Amino acid sequence: MDKLTTLEKAMEPVRDGQVMMFGGFMTVGTPFKLIDAILAKGVKDITAVCNDAGIPGRGVAKLLAAGVVRKYYTSHVGLNLEFRQIVAKGGIDVVLVPQGTLAERIRAAGAGLGGFLTPTGVGTEVENHEGGKQKVTIAGREYLLELPLKGDVAFVKAHRADRSGNLIFRKSARNFNPLIATACRHVIVEAEHVEDNGILDPDMVHLPGIFVDAVVQG
Amino acid sequence: MDRQKDKRERIVKRIAREFKDGDVVNLGIGMPTLVANFIPKGVEIVLQSENGFIGIGPVCGHGEEDPDLINAGNQFVKMLPGGCFFDSATSFGIIRGGHIDVTVLGTLEVDQDGNIANYIVPGKMVAGMGGAMDLVVGAKKVIIATEHCDKSGKSKILKKCRLPLTAVSQADLIVTEMAVLERTDRGLVLKEVAPDCTVEDVIQNTEAELIVADDVKTIAV
Repeated sequence: MDKLTTLEKAMEPVRDGQVMMFGGFMTVGTPFKLIDAILAKGVKDITAVCNDAGIPGRGVAKLLAAGVVRKYYTSHVGLNLEFRQIVAKGGIDVVLVPQGTLAERIRAAGAGLGGFLTPTGVGTEVENHEGGKQKVTIAGREYLLELPLKGDVAFVKAHRADRSGNLIFRKSARNFNPLIATACRHVIVEAEHVEDNGILDPDMVHLPGIFVDAVVQG
Repeated sequence: MDRQKDKRERIVKRIAREFKDGDVVNLGIGMPTLVANFIPKGVEIVLQSENGFIGIGPVCGHGEEDPDLINAGNQFVKMLPGGCFFDSATSFGIIRGGHIDVTVLGTLEVDQDGNIANYIVPGKMVAGMGGAMDLVVGAKKVIIATEHCDKSGKSKILKKCRLPLTAVSQADLIVTEMAVLERTDRGLVLKEVAPDCTVEDVIQNTEAELIVADDVKTIAV
């Protein structure tokens, strides 16, 4: 199956009110072209999941500034100096999640797990987030039960892709990209280079193509 | 300004002497990053970056930047030979799984029970915890790098943290421009004082209760 398609076709399943996950760490590994396409399509009431709030004017920060994000799962917003004004305007519910917990919740959703136990956040306000978390003691140590985080659409940035959707990431641009691709129903990839099948060394593939629905030339 | 720089350099120089050859280390954003510049000769440490790699090298000069390679503090950096990349779940598996020997973090407040508060000031600053909550519970040793007092001269080392906590009882060592404090089962022990300070100076500038070690040393400069 040839997954290489046009931007317009790849974006067809994207609608108002969806849970959308974005790759990228401070915009490194963020699919800029796909985010521009979300804005161009006029989609709103998004629940966005992204490690950080990025840099004003770039990537996910554009969605936040445009007011189309209603709920935001993230671990860090401190380097986006616009973010305070965005929150002050209202209409956005920010859920702060420790970075390791965010990564693992996404991984758990993609791996069919019902949740996991982590020592991270015990004794902090994280215990009370999202309606309160169950505490479990194992061998004398306390853990929080963290639940999987699933999405409707994943927006992934890859360095190389083939027509089967196999992906190779580059350097620190990998970050959350392979994780979100496992946790969403529809997975769109913006790839810098698209190859025919058989070109990528199968031993060097970071994400198997079966997770991917659409590949767009970046 | 220069005084501030001088304070910070003192702190990071002292912390740089805490590492053993071969330690895997994660340095937090800001002042902790500077520790890497003062690692003693003969000690080689491996730096992990929570955005997904091992082998952080020096910050890039102008024109050397690779758009796909930043550290967790959003600086363009080089990578050292022998380094490698991984995804965020693996990165935090390394962190929570006890594979980091030492982490160095800055803080807003720290208290005598080792509680740390460094991610949010309600109503004022919402930064988010990033990877800090995972780092402090996962690393084998947690070193807090902080100026002894805040800008208004109030102690940052408290009896009990007032801000929302990043973690409970995780700080092992606190290094300031005035002192080195170690958390023990008995409480916070004053181990070393700066050459231009007395034990009395440290006690006067510290809200937390301190146990003065029998053999308080002078911080070597």
